[in-house]
Amino acid sequence: MPFINLPLREITCKIVYYGPGLCGKTTNLQYIYAKTSPEARGNMIALATETDRTLFFDFLPLGLGEIRGFKTRFHLYSVPGQVFYDASRKLILRGTDGVVFVADSLRDRLDANLESMENLRVNLAEHGYDLDTIPLVIQYNKRDLPNAMPVEELSRLLNPRKVPEFPAVAVKGEGVFETLKAIAKLVLQKVRSG
Amino acid sequence: MIQQFVIHEEDYRRITAVCDRLTRDANAKSVFLVDKNGQLIASSGATDHIDTTSLASLTAGNIAATGGLARLLGEKEFSILFHEGERDNLHISIVAQKVILVVIFDSRSSLGLVRLRVKKASEELAQVFNELQRRGDAMGLPSPFAEITDEDIDNLFN
Repeated sequence: MPFINLPLREITCKIVYYGPGLCGKTTNLQYIYAKTSPEARGNMIALATETDRTLFFDFLPLGLGEIRGFKTRFHLYSVPGQVFYDASRKLILRGTDGVVFVADSLRDRLDANLESMENLRVNLAEHGYDLDTIPLVIQYNKRDLPNAMPVEELSRLLNPRKVPEFPAVAVKGEGVFETLKAIAKLVLQKVRSG
Repeated sequence: MIQQFVIHEEDYRRITAVCDRLTRDANAKSVFLVDKNGQLIASSGATDHIDTTSLASLTAGNIAATGGLARLLGEKEFSILFHEGERDNLHISIVAQKVILVVIFDSRSSLGLVRLRVKKASEELAQVFNELQRRGDAMGLPSPFAEITDEDIDNLFN
């Protein structure tokens, strides 16, 4: 649910990065944090385990500039990908305006991708959202690894809705900002349509 | 149609006035009002040294996790949380099941005083937010962003 503060002329939207464990959700946020000027972003919060696995969520507030005099802010969250953190994942989807699904391109993670997408559908539904209509972008991460599945095959299995999709190597930043721009655009278009 | 949470000038003025009064009456260091999705609605008192955006996000996460625990135990929600520190304490409560009221206070105040003042402020805030929701439901509030163009959106990224 976008939050619009008229006196302060600000709009804030929430975007959640979703996907199976170790697919690169946190890496996306870390790259955005590293490459954004300090004036355009706040502190990044990572609630992680001692082994740096996301425990509850990562959070990165971003300011993208102004639209017609309104400061446009995005709050980026990533969920913990590991299967047993489902209760936390569900909580973080609350009030989301758009979702980035980060898929792991490795062939042996295909089942994990499919399971996570189905889990996203179920958890969105708990908040009254529909995976078939919510602003959604899919990123195929880890394209640099030798056993990555072809994008066409991943797309056929994970993207029947034909939402915007991007190949990525998040650790090197490839595809990271393209993905962010695409979801931000979809979210703002949805805000416009009301 | 997507739901939007729109705060107008008059609502903002009333909300801020309640927060300012609570800060004074409870002898608190600062007061924050946060929506359940983690966005800061208003703040009052000494907030300069606090990362308010992070505070809002973590508070909402805290309330969401505690709400999950409550449901596990068959409770609707735990409406008050209290965190005691060596210097500062945090009193967090849910107002009208919609927004989160956060009070930061130190030894110049007390938990009893904060609870007492929070109760009164919560009633006033609940009234504002209930009115806000009724008005939103009745009017289906048009988006102030209805007029933006694709070009406006593209320009954000240039």
